[in-house]
Amino acid sequence: MGEFRQARWFEPLIFSIGSSGRRGYSIPSIRDTDRSALRDIPENLRRRRLPDLPEVSEVEVVKHFTRLSQMNFGVDNGLYPLGSCTMKYNPKMNDAVASLDEVRWIHPFQPEETLQGMLEVMYKLDLWLCEITGMHKFSLQPAAGANGECTGILIIRAYHQMHDELKKRREIIVPDSAHGTNPASASMGGFEVVTVPSDDSGCIDIEALKEAVSPRTAGLMLTNPNTLGIFEERIREIEEIIHDAGGLLYYDGANMNAILGKARPGDMGFDIVHLNLHKTFSTPHGGGGPGAGPVGVKEHLKDFLPVPLVEYDGKKYYLNYNVPHSIGKVKGFYCNFDVIVRAFAYILTVGAEGLKSISEISVLNANYLASKISCIRGFEIPYGKGKPRKHEFVASCSGLKSETRVSAKNVAKRLLDYGIHAPTIYFPPIVDEALMIEPTESASIEELDEFVKVMEAISKEAYENPEKVLSAPHNTSVGPIDEVKASHPRTLCLSWRMYKRKFMKE
Amino acid sequence: MHDQYIPNDTEEIRKKMMDAIGIKEIDELFSDISEEIRLKRDLNLPNPLSELEAKREIEKVLKKNLTVKEMTCFLGAGAWPHHVPAAVDYISSRSEFLTSYTPYQPEISQGILQSLFEYQSMICELLDMDVANCSMYGWPSSLGEAARMAARVTRRNEFLVPHYISRDKLMVLKNYAEPAGIRIIEVNQSLRNGQIDMEDLKRKVSNRTSGVYVENPSYLGFLIESPEEIAEVVHDAGGLFLVGVDPISLGVLRPPGDYGADIAIGEGQPLGNYMNGGSLLGIFACRGEDYLIRQMPGRIIGMTTTLDGKRQAFCMVLQTREQHIRRHRATSNICTNEALYALRAAVYMALLGPRGFQELGEIIISRTRFLIEKLSQINGVRVPFFDAHHFKEFTVNFDGSSKPLREINRRLLEKGIIGGKDLTSEFPELGQTSLYCVTEMHTLQEIESLCESLKEALEA
Repeated sequence: MGEFRQARWFEPLIFSIGSSGRRGYSIPSIRDTDRSALRDIPENLRRRRLPDLPEVSEVEVVKHFTRLSQMNFGVDNGLYPLGSCTMKYNPKMNDAVASLDEVRWIHPFQPEETLQGMLEVMYKLDLWLCEITGMHKFSLQPAAGANGECTGILIIRAYHQMHDELKKRREIIVPDSAHGTNPASASMGGFEVVTVPSDDSGCIDIEALKEAVSPRTAGLMLTNPNTLGIFEERIREIEEIIHDAGGLLYYDGANMNAILGKARPGDMGFDIVHLNLHKTFSTPHGGGGPGAGPVGVKEHLKDFLPVPLVEYDGKKYYLNYNVPHSIGKVKGFYCNFDVIVRAFAYILTVGAEGLKSISEISVLNANYLASKISCIRGFEIPYGKGKPRKHEFVASCSGLKSETRVSAKNVAKRLLDYGIHAPTIYFPPIVDEALMIEPTESASIEELDEFVKVMEAISKEAYENPEKVLSAPHNTSVGPIDEVKASHPRTLCLSWRMYKRKFMKE
Repeated sequence: MHDQYIPNDTEEIRKKMMDAIGIKEIDELFSDISEEIRLKRDLNLPNPLSELEAKREIEKVLKKNLTVKEMTCFLGAGAWPHHVPAAVDYISSRSEFLTSYTPYQPEISQGILQSLFEYQSMICELLDMDVANCSMYGWPSSLGEAARMAARVTRRNEFLVPHYISRDKLMVLKNYAEPAGIRIIEVNQSLRNGQIDMEDLKRKVSNRTSGVYVENPSYLGFLIESPEEIAEVVHDAGGLFLVGVDPISLGVLRPPGDYGADIAIGEGQPLGNYMNGGSLLGIFACRGEDYLIRQMPGRIIGMTTTLDGKRQAFCMVLQTREQHIRRHRATSNICTNEALYALRAAVYMALLGPRGFQELGEIIISRTRFLIEKLSQINGVRVPFFDAHHFKEFTVNFDGSSKPLREINRRLLEKGIIGGKDLTSEFPELGQTSLYCVTEMHTLQEIESLCESLKEALEA
């Protein structure tokens, strides 16, 4: 078990390299038309001073960003057990098809007959996602999970509005273990958020839920398995409680990787589902996006989906804008098609059997790891004792912290020193000193065993030489970062321009 | 076939791991899913294909698309064909960037953090603004978030937009605005030259106005002649001035910060991103006052130092605005954004530099004028519809011809040309009008051939 070293370039800002007159781009000559056209644009509409952009050659640009890339860590670099983010391997074949001209060089407003390939991919992916989730129609428009959540909330809103109940139904119920986006989306959709607690088993407290529902209930947002990695066993009861109260059930698909081919949100009674194609369906996360958060609904909500829907009339695929109660649009155009086509390729290559294996192995990996981590001094796995986890589990190192001062954050930073990305930490908020660990099906047993060894070593260090852990990371491109200073009003620096003003006294 | 992606999916390893956790069957791990909701059949999906077969199959399906390389396409209206330098593809395909998550652990993610800080910084220079976030889902989403931000900053709820904006964009805006109790009010624009009707604007602006939004160049390609006057009206009423831009224009046209914009948004797709059938990069920037910055949506990267103060370093900042900390009180629910497109835009802006943007802008203006001149020589064509200066896009009206626009576009398509976007349903008052777009990608031959084909189509 060796420590790792990340590249440590002293790479200046792009603004500090280059030289006046250099550039990295060649542009077709203007001579072929008429330069005097410029004089048509009146002086008062023209830019007076050129933008203060860097002046660098292509050589310098490529070196600069190549060095920066070496100071970044992706799924291809090593284990990335970031809970709830499903950092699985991104098959290279999917990138290859996403870079075809037929994906890159198409304009969304082209006539439908020239976009039959794109529409066919969208239509078939819609059908497959319906089959995988047990829903009846998908919109691929949302660009991310949170965008999908907003779409779902807008559908809930439109549904109650149509039934003339929106004035009364003002509340969305969210468990205390929910992703932060759930309450934020509900609130963006104009609803109030009612939080229900989890019980000792790590699931929604059913009695508390019964007390929370009322004629004011518009719906419930639920992740299943939840953020503790525990399956909400009493989902049918939950479903009845919400439906009996006249609310709708929204499924946050962030954790869908755990139950592919095993159970479907549609069969659990959910009315609306979003999936994260950049999690479950392997599309690369690109350092923060683009993603895709398609939203699927049951038959009775089909007419509320965003426009346009993709349909097939037996001969050709077409865009259907004639959706009677449609909420309209949630994003420009139809979808992030370069993401959609990767997910399409993924399902086409793994098939039904592959999807099932993905869930089985991701769950097996998580439980294997959980059983080993729970034996490490200072760590425990609270909630739902003895219950199998699904694709992820949440460990607490509150024991370690009280005995050694070493916190979840310190453990996370020390993991980086061994070339392992940190788990999600301090989430869900109901677990003290939480480390949310999701190995995914892509981790090999060798990597899992290595991870366990590293965690054992960190525990040992915490008890014997806590300074080493408290001062981590040591082996990354930079040491511990001053995040307080970064957000302090006096030192806040969000652009080169602000930097010059604040620190260069320009 | 899936085995190649799942290293532990062999019988031997499965058994070894199941033994280790004390189970005999894999289904024991799913025993908490009740019989009632357990899926008792296989998913009905196509049989899995090998990489070779799958690639062939997808290529076969996608071949049914006709690309703008195979045809000549004059569509814009929110997504535009621009050349993408090879270096942009090269950098953005580096897997350290491509396969990383949002940089929650800054010490191991300095690469994407510094790149996004540089993206923000270059956007600020181009737009002449102080602060930018590291992306929204696209221009329409940026507009929705901007309307909500204006309402938070001013605690007012009337948001004014020009009549001539994309109906699709307006639909997105409404979905952000209405649940927040924001009323969208349209301001008239002159049918002659597209300029904002100042009398109408003054009538509609009041102490309830959170902001006035304009686009420059507008959705229909014409330029706003005196944006300062609009800024003055809204500022006098205590509201914010918001401007939407095409960043490609800013090497030659005045940037929004230069004429009083408080919030500037736009579409970053032209900056080194393919159209991808409509993948977008939402630009979002504002002035540097603290009360504005605190209300910004989305991820923002800041520059700081290491704790020992020895090294410059970067991390996400002001996270107390965001959903994972503030939950239902967050400024927005956005987390996953369009970071990789922003990285591409950063590489693109660095490659172009100030002179590149200037020359590119000049070429586009020159091409725009060339195409307008050529088209205006055709009988039955009124171009541009609006008597104003245009950049990259302009309106072409066919009321003087006996042919409906739909038929003209169909005849062009037969010649391998995709004409401008049909605006008849969006703006019926403009008659048989379409929106044409021309960029550095269009050659003079393509422009000539469009004019020839149009003539034929009109005479046929």
